Amino acid sequence: MANPSLKKIALLGNPNSGKSSLFNHLTGLNQKIGNFPGVTVEKKTGHCALPDGNNAEIIDLPGIYSIYPRSLDEQIVAEVLLDHHSPATPDRIVVIVDGTNLKRGFLLLTQIIDLGLPTILALNMMDLAAKAGISYDFNSLSRELGVPVVPINARNGVGLEELKRQMAQPLDSPSKQIFSIWKETEAAVKQIRTKLSVDNNYEAYQFLEQPNTLKFLSEENRQAVSRIRTDFSFFPGKFQGAETIQRYGFIQDLLNTITLKASDNSWKKYSTRLDKILLHKVWGYLIFFVLLILIFQSVFAWATVPMDLIDGAFANISTYLSSVLPEGALSSLIAEGLIPGIGGIMMFIPQIAILFAFISILEESGYMARVVFLMDKIMRKFGLNGKSVVPLMSGVACAIPAIMATRTIDNWKERTITILVTPLMSCSARLPVFTILIALIVPDQKAFGFFSLQGLVLMGLYLLGFVAAILSAWLMNLLIKVKERSYLIMELPTYRIPKWSNVGFTILEKTKAFVIEAGKIIMAISVILWVLASYGPGDSLTNASETIIQSPENLTLSKQELDDKIAAYKLEHSYAGIIGKAIEPVIKPLGYDWKIGIALITSFAAREVFVGTMATIYSIGSVADEDSTTIKERMRAEINVDTGGKRFTPAVGFSLLVFYTFAMQCMSTIAVVYRETKGWKWPMIQLVYMTLLAYVSAFIVFQLLS
Amino acid sequence: MAGGSKNVAEMHPGEVGIVAGFTDEYLSLKLMEMGCLPGSAIRFNFTAPLGDPVCISVSGYELSLRLEEAAAIRILN
Repeated sequence: MANPSLKKIALLGNPNSGKSSLFNHLTGLNQKIGNFPGVTVEKKTGHCALPDGNNAEIIDLPGIYSIYPRSLDEQIVAEVLLDHHSPATPDRIVVIVDGTNLKRGFLLLTQIIDLGLPTILALNMMDLAAKAGISYDFNSLSRELGVPVVPINARNGVGLEELKRQMAQPLDSPSKQIFSIWKETEAAVKQIRTKLSVDNNYEAYQFLEQPNTLKFLSEENRQAVSRIRTDFSFFPGKFQGAETIQRYGFIQDLLNTITLKASDNSWKKYSTRLDKILLHKVWGYLIFFVLLILIFQSVFAWATVPMDLIDGAFANISTYLSSVLPEGALSSLIAEGLIPGIGGIMMFIPQIAILFAFISILEESGYMARVVFLMDKIMRKFGLNGKSVVPLMSGVACAIPAIMATRTIDNWKERTITILVTPLMSCSARLPVFTILIALIVPDQKAFGFFSLQGLVLMGLYLLGFVAAILSAWLMNLLIKVKERSYLIMELPTYRIPKWSNVGFTILEKTKAFVIEAGKIIMAISVILWVLASYGPGDSLTNASETIIQSPENLTLSKQELDDKIAAYKLEHSYAGIIGKAIEPVIKPLGYDWKIGIALITSFAAREVFVGTMATIYSIGSVADEDSTTIKERMRAEINVDTGGKRFTPAVGFSLLVFYTFAMQCMSTIAVVYRETKGWKWPMIQLVYMTLLAYVSAFIVFQLLS
Repeated sequence: MAGGSKNVAEMHPGEVGIVAGFTDEYLSLKLMEMGCLPGSAIRFNFTAPLGDPVCISVSGYELSLRLEEAAAIRILN
């Protein structure tokens, strides 16, 4: 696969410098998303045809402000830049700097130049710079820095031909050394250079400065570095501030030379005016709240149309296949295991697409930073981030896209907590379960004359989920200990009209990631659950029809009723049924019997399966969809064999409601948490925590009410 | 505090000052990287509706920080 002649070009720049626009422009639809080896940081790569006829591999590195890392993302970038002898070392770095603010972007640029990697400077947003009345002397800039300079506009592609031409041309390492390492460190740097054959002073200096970023070195070399550090009593970070000051000194002088005309900031006046409204103490929150409702409404309501279409289509395929395929285990696996499994994955695409359209617009326009600005004070108290509001709110529709949306949170701890508590928000899949149980146990009456009692209970359950999420966040904030200090220090970018193709790329990327990564796990669990529900020990299932038909009490039943009875019998004697019976002692304190136990197991695929399982087990399966009163009536008539009273008493009903509010009961969420946290640790902690919370709460509710 | 040092958290909207130094070493490294250097001019723009975080202008762009972070920046005035 590795093609030695394929040039590797890395894109590097500050957040908001327009790096993703440039990446999308250069690579188009030839993008691949993977991970940097062994870590959770996303690696986007793509291919770009250069004017010399060759192809180049473009690597999009995470946006950073400096090569001194503070987060995992930054550490990965530092590692890529410091490791000059790996097959993954970029042949060329394109540093993208916001043309309206060179100063801050040049800090990173000068660090890269000093590392001695062949560098091209792309000055982005030159249209805005022109509008702002800014003008630079590019020739003298290129001369002073010793690197090619290309003005571009990544939004519409202006200047990209020239950039590609520069990418194709041979390019040496920059000859300039902008920051000369401190006198005190020269001896240590010299030793590193000879011992580890490092060919650049600043790179060797960074080896001393960054003890945590040297994973690419052999154990032996790492120890050598750490010995040299001790021998020369070098403290990482000691000189970092002084280096930054010296670099900015150089940058200020450089800017004085090359700036022909400076900006007077008047171009920002629209942005400033917009902030007066969007960050207003009344209008600011009101607009944000309306926006949240709009997002929620669209994920909740608009997505249902395509979701139902997908659901229906897969149901039809499944029915069609079971009618045409010869009867047998394989056909059953395909029609009842695989096809519904794929359908279950595809179903989420509309929600993911819609949510990420919104999130991408919020990010692109610069509003997302304002969301953090508005919400930081409140959310911080619970160990969450200002950006956590969007995932939590979206979680009310569906936890899958919501958890994927936590990518926007930079702080690891705040992001992890958000991921852990988001599934506690009552999602739309809980609604069918809530509806049927509430209809069963809450009388259809009005409270205070006009509130529907059933509606109030439903609202209470949503509130309960929200309170549980917030309190759990607070608890986890106390429990999860990290060295990483929480701080904000965030740019409030100037407002911009979103670039629609970037929105499209984001939607595509997120959907692909979900279907491929989470899809694999969802598929596997669906097949396991299908096996559990369709097979039983011995031949008890194959003989189901005979057993039911030959039973004298069933002689008077119609064909339909007989089929339902057989389905119920099969489920009861399947492995799922056996597990349901086995866990009966465990769930008895919650007020449940083995039939509810089976529903708990099968609804692990997705909560709404609870209703379908109830229908099957009460042998009214095939008519449940058309006539939901049937299942309600049947459940209402069910007798508790121990007490002789009703099975679904208010105590049992509320216990179940609380259980479904808190329990994880969703394999897709587990799959997506696994993908987002890159391991089984957090999904397992989450599963255990939520199940325990559900169990204990349901236990308390049942014991109090009965 | 007559003639004493003041920090950014104590500034008022619209007020301008010059960065004198920092009272937190860890934050100072990050702040300086973001262009908030000793000697550079700072303008205090506004606070968030709940009083925290705050927005300042420095090095030609807008930066938001929490009050406790703003308090780590000393200014001359």
